[in-house]
Formats: sequence, C-alpha cells, structure tokens
Amino acid sequence: MALINFLKPRNQLEEGGRTAAPVQRDAGEPEKKCPNCRKDIPVSRLWANNLVCPCGYHFRMKARQRIHMIADKNSFHEMYSNVKADDPLNFPGYKDKVETVRVASGEEEAVICGTAMIGRQKCCLFVMESYFMMGSMGSAVGEKITMLFEYAVYHRLPVVGFTVSGGARMQEGLLSLMQMAKTSAAVKRHSDAGLLYIAVLTDPTTGGVTASFAMEADIILAEPGATVGFAGARVIEQTTKKSLPDGFQKSEFVMKHGFIDSIIPRSNQKKCLTELLKMHDGRAII
Amino acid sequence: MIDTAYERVKLARDNKRPTGLDYIKNIFKDFIEFHGDRRFADDPAIVGGVARLNNYPVTVIAIEKGNTAKERAYRNFGAPQPEGYRKALRLMKQAEKFGRPIICFIDTSGAYCGVGAEERGQGQAIAENLMEMSTLSVPIISILVGEGGSGGALALAVADRVWMLQNAVYSVISPEGCASILWKDSAKAETAAESLKLTAEDAKSLGVIERILSENEIGKKEFYDRIRVLLTEELKILIKDIDLIQNRYDRFRKIGVSAVNKD
Repeated sequence: MALINFLKPRNQLEEGGRTAAPVQRDAGEPEKKCPNCRKDIPVSRLWANNLVCPCGYHFRMKARQRIHMIADKNSFHEMYSNVKADDPLNFPGYKDKVETVRVASGEEEAVICGTAMIGRQKCCLFVMESYFMMGSMGSAVGEKITMLFEYAVYHRLPVVGFTVSGGARMQEGLLSLMQMAKTSAAVKRHSDAGLLYIAVLTDPTTGGVTASFAMEADIILAEPGATVGFAGARVIEQTTKKSLPDGFQKSEFVMKHGFIDSIIPRSNQKKCLTELLKMHDGRAII
Repeated sequence: MIDTAYERVKLARDNKRPTGLDYIKNIFKDFIEFHGDRRFADDPAIVGGVARLNNYPVTVIAIEKGNTAKERAYRNFGAPQPEGYRKALRLMKQAEKFGRPIICFIDTSGAYCGVGAEERGQGQAIAENLMEMSTLSVPIISILVGEGGSGGALALAVADRVWMLQNAVYSVISPEGCASILWKDSAKAETAAESLKLTAEDAKSLGVIERILSENEIGKKEFYDRIRVLLTEELKILIKDIDLIQNRYDRFRKIGVSAVNKD
C-alpha cells in the first residue's frame, strides 16, 4: 500500500501540496542521481525546481505535476476522464498490463485533457503521461485528443499540448494506427478555423505521435535534451549498421534541422506560453 | 488455402507479386511520371504522375519496390524517404488544383528509418500528409497491394475508400518488431502476426477498409481489368459526393470509438 501511495503523488499535488521544499538537507533524505552531471540531488530540491537538476537536466515529469506547473491555480478542469482503453483485439496480456499500469500510475489513460487558464489565458490543454505505457497512443488517447480539438473548434479556443510518447500502442493494432489519421484530421479542422495550437515536445516524443499531432502544431516547442524522432535510435543503428551522430534525435539536433521553433526550459515555459497565447488572442489592435 | 496470419505476411512480402509500377502500367493509359518534391530530391521509392483511367485524367501515386535485385536497391526496397511523402503531397495538391481524382497503390514495410530520413523530418513529412489529405477536395482511393507498414503506409491512405488485395497486410508494426518489443523474441512473430489482426479480413471487420480485392489471376490482364472497372465505378460515385470532405472526416472519426470504454 505504501508503495502505491508513493507512486501516486497526484492527490497531494491536486491539493496544491508540495510546491515548496525544505531548504536544508536532512540526513538520510532520498536523493536521485542526475544522469547528466552524475551528482546526487536531494529529491526535495528537484521537486522544488520542477524536476530540473541544477545542471539543467530535465527529469521526466508526471502529467499531473506538469499541469500543476503550467496551469493557473485551480483553473484546470479535466474532461473525458471516463474514456479508457478497452481490449478491442483481445491482445495477449494487454488487459492485465493496463490494469497494472493504472494502479501504478494512478491514471486511467496516457493523456489527460481539459480546459485551463495559462497566465489568465483560457485554452484547451492536453498533457500526455509517460508513466502510462510510455504515453502510447491507442483508441482512447486518439479519441480524447480528437474530442479536445473538436471542443476547441466549437468554443474557439487555442490548444496547448505536451507530448510524450513511444508511439502508437501496438496492442490495439490497426485501430491505433488509424488514430494518427483521426487526430490529424481534427488538428486540421482546428487549424482551418484559424485557431492556435502550440505543442511542447517532451522526452521522449517518437513514432506515431511525432508522425501526427506533435509535428502538426503552429508553434512547436521542446524541452532541452528531449528525444524527438520518428524511428527509434536502436532500430536505425541496426538497420543502417552505422553509428549515430552526436546528439542524434535530441531536441537541439531536431531544432538545428528545422523542425522545432524553440527550446524552452521548464522554468520559462509558463511565461513563454502565456506570451504566445496573448499574442494570438485576436484582440490586439494597434 | 492460407491458414495463418504470418503466412499472409510472407505472401504479402513475396518478391513475385506485382509492384506499384505494374499496377500503374496495366490499369492506366498514358502515364507520365513526375519527379521530385521541389525541395530536396526525388525519391525513387515513390512513383507518381498523371495518367488516364479509361479516358479520365487522374493522379496516380505508387510505392515501388522494384523487381530485380538492382532495382530493389535503387527503390530502397520500397521504404520511402521524407522526400517521397513530400512529392506525393505535391502531386496530390496538384491533383486538387486541376480537379483530378487521386489513386494510390501502397506496398511498403514502412517509412525508411535512417539518419538522413530523421534529419529531414520523416515524422513531420508523414504528419503533414495525414493532415493535408484529410481536407483535399478531390476523391482519393488507396489500395494496399502488398505490405501496409504503419505510418509509412498510412501517409498515402487517408482516403475516401481504402481497399486491400486479399493477401495484403496492414499493420501498426511488423510482427517481428512487435514480438521483439513485447516478448523480447522475434521468433514469436507468428503469435504477433495473429494478435495484431493485420489481414485484409481483419482490417475489414475493424472498419479500416471498405473492400477486399480478389487475387485470382494476379498479374494477368483479367486481374488489372477487374481493378480498373472497380476504380471507375467507385470514382463515379465519389465524384458526385457533395460532402466528400465531411464523409472522409467521419470515415476516420468513427474508427476506434467503439474500442474505448466510456463509463
């Protein structure tokens, strides 16, 4: 039970809990090793700094924590939380896997959708969850994203989306693949309605999500050091039998090749999104 | 009689099957190939241009695997680069401008995975096709004639009608890839092929395709004649559809809706 509570920080966060951390380091406080600078960083310090190491390394973040970081206080209203994966193909082991992941992550699906205020600008917000089957897109994720864009068209709202995904969810076979077409069509309608869509690519954004709504935004932002690509690096190495260039598929590399507008560290994301939303609110008259 | 899904996969990959250009040459007349994406390069894995279906001008696009070993290498084994998808989109936009229907033949193990393809935005190229095809104002018919490998196939299959040859397969991932990710054992590809529901019958029962095309006399005149007649009849219906774009949206919109739990 204790373990499950540890893995479920969402309730604590939703109550507006642990935003500030104790300053001094307690003896025996849990620490996390930063894979970049290799130092042991007290967990409380990471939490106080939105899971960013003092060296600038961005740890993976749970979707609820991200919403807490980006949305104005108490402004997030979740939608479509009833939409969950079923097992349409009777795929071996899929049902059990989903159940296990639900308990461990405290989430029902790999994306959380809703409306929110960001810097007092109203928008639709979706945040994908890496702790739920690595944010893989099955029918439920596709349906939720599509419904959110349709809602945004109807209410003439911009969409802000944080992507993290290993790609399409293979346990739902062709139905997962078709979600790429379905979400893309919904994004196109939103775009054709003259509305703004900002995607923030976080670590990792790959496969079918990269090849659909992640790369279809008007403005594509990314977190520093995030893996962004279509095919997996290991698969490419095996296929081409060549070693990969330095920084391959890191957001900095992808920006250099022209597919990302800007890399924004977490500390700046809310400010940046607020500015962008304000500049596109359609009310500016000189 | 073919029993297992994995045998279908092997059949779909068979080198002796007709390839994209065979379909273009035998179904259409007066094909004129158009090369290049006007941005970077021409991708030989995707062939496209204008042709006549009976007497009616259409835009045809096909993924080409090649017939001989040399050709196959030149065609990159039918694994398109981003430029291939960008060329396809350029030709589709051109078709829209001149009011020509679009017919695609799909046969690929998937979009090419390589360093250059990533550097030039493979994911972005596919995404753009999915997005733009959803609102093209001319009819689109896509036929999966061999392998339908994931996003690389879907990037030419956001269509009003999607058909499959009876031994073609259409899948989100190759059975080998699925087995090695899920069970760390690519030898379990047979189980994966079964579980992925990738045959033409499966795709039809999932509502992903409209029609299964018989492979009787495959590669012979009768076979191509049959497809020509079907295409002509279907285009006659689609050309009259005044809600074409809305119907295409709904076609994809409904897929997967019944596969989720909404309690």
